[in-house]
Amino acid sequence: MSFQVMIEQLAGGLTKSISIFLLTLLFSLPLGLLVSFGRMSKNRIIRSAVWIFISILRGTPLMLQLLAVYFGPFYLFNLKIGGSWRFTAIIIAFSVNYSAYFAEIYRSGIESMPPGQYEAAKLLGYSRASTFMRIIFPQVVKRILPSVTNEVITLVKDTSLAFSLAYAEMFTIAKQIAAKETSFMPFIAAAVFYYIFNAVVAFGMERIEKSLDYYT
Amino acid sequence: MALLEMNHISKSFSDLEVIKDISLKVDEGEVLSIIGPSGSGKSTMLRCATMLETIDKGEIRYLGERVAWVEPDGTKVYPKGAQLRKVCSYFGLVFQNFNLFPHYSVLKNITDPMVHNQKRDRREAEKEARELLGRMGLADKADAYPCQLSGGQSQRVAIARALALNPKILFFDEPTSALDPELTGEVLKVIRSLADLHIAMVIVTHEMNFARGISDHVIFMDKGVVEVEGTPDEVFEAEHLRMQAFLGKLQH
Ligand SMILES: Nc1ncnc2c1ncn2[C@@H]1O[C@H](COP(=O)(O)OP(=O)(O)OP(=O)(O)O)[C@@H](O)[C@H]1O
Ligand SMILES: [Mg+2]
Repeated sequence: MSFQVMIEQLAGGLTKSISIFLLTLLFSLPLGLLVSFGRMSKNRIIRSAVWIFISILRGTPLMLQLLAVYFGPFYLFNLKIGGSWRFTAIIIAFSVNYSAYFAEIYRSGIESMPPGQYEAAKLLGYSRASTFMRIIFPQVVKRILPSVTNEVITLVKDTSLAFSLAYAEMFTIAKQIAAKETSFMPFIAAAVFYYIFNAVVAFGMERIEKSLDYYT
Repeated sequence: MALLEMNHISKSFSDLEVIKDISLKVDEGEVLSIIGPSGSGKSTMLRCATMLETIDKGEIRYLGERVAWVEPDGTKVYPKGAQLRKVCSYFGLVFQNFNLFPHYSVLKNITDPMVHNQKRDRREAEKEARELLGRMGLADKADAYPCQLSGGQSQRVAIARALALNPKILFFDEPTSALDPELTGEVLKVIRSLADLHIAMVIVTHEMNFARGISDHVIFMDKGVVEVEGTPDEVFEAEHLRMQAFLGKLQH
């Protein structure tokens, strides 16, 4: 196999890695906020249930969660699996897993807000919903951005875990080519691709952080 | 009819009774100062008046209307949602530490509540906010962010933000005690100018000369009880042991 073919195949895998990455962020960022509300709920039952949910997701390997989501319907309900379910299962497992991490980040950000901001907003006539949307959340975003950046960068590398379901993202492809060609080259090329992917993401996050530098 | 009436208010934090059966009244255009040693319950009284704390006994009336009270069986009755926002529109509160919104410019700190909560026209709101800033001596700070302001400037923005919503009564909780002495004067001057406009105010302060000069009525509180009250002269001349001790301490 020529070098060029290998790069082309890896690049095809890379676009799949990128779709996992983008879709996971798309779903896990809002879901994480919802989970953080549950985690801070006044209702003890909801709060404890969400705490258990988070601790399981953070306390077990993501690879196991991928397998559980993918094979779950078969073992639990004897449903046939395969086809497009593979990709759906990957997105569900990644999104739910990352929502647990994001939830804790949101929570720490929300809890770090000084009560005076809520009090001032209340007396200036903001409803509870607008207080959160207009006053609290924008400031929380700024506070948590460094932690979010960490998770996002981890996610770039975590997309390679989809190989455990033999999904044709970049790492899976690198492994296949390496086995077929008995060469280490595909791994090195994949490493370079991951590195560039990460650099782009890190650059983007830095830009976002900079754009919020106008206040402290 | 009194703008604000607080009748037989009591308030405890767990076992600690911080307010013990206090009543007070503020009429249209009247300035009331509350003085007293640290921990006497002055802030708590303001926080009860502004619905930031719930009372354990008594009732609160604005414009004669009972807005919050405690039933004989101990049930607290408090407004919620739109009703709460209506009650909050009667008053403004200026905090010791300003509580400006750091992510909004000075102008937006003032206009956002006007536009978003009072549904006023944005352009009109901005015009009015700029006028207010001018009166506060901050015309050139409209586009600054709170982190770029001195304490005295921040506090004047906070006053402008409260005033912009046309409250019937303004509460101040030690508006100058987070400020360097040289910045205190500019804030006190602004508050004095409001008194000249006959805006009703309740001011908690440790600035005794200021309180004496500006107030129609003064309350000296200690340990959750009103110990002395009356006109500034009556209160500051009163031969009340603990109050004279308190005033004496402040002078050294
Ligand atoms: N949220 C709270 N929980 C428990 N105790 C509180 C709370 N707020 C105030 N207290 C207590 O209530 C008492 C009165 O406090 P308050 O802040 O009203 O005093 P103050 O007269 O404003 O004092 P200062 O001049 O220091 O501001 C104090 O003993 C304080 O510790
Ligand atoms: Mg106080």
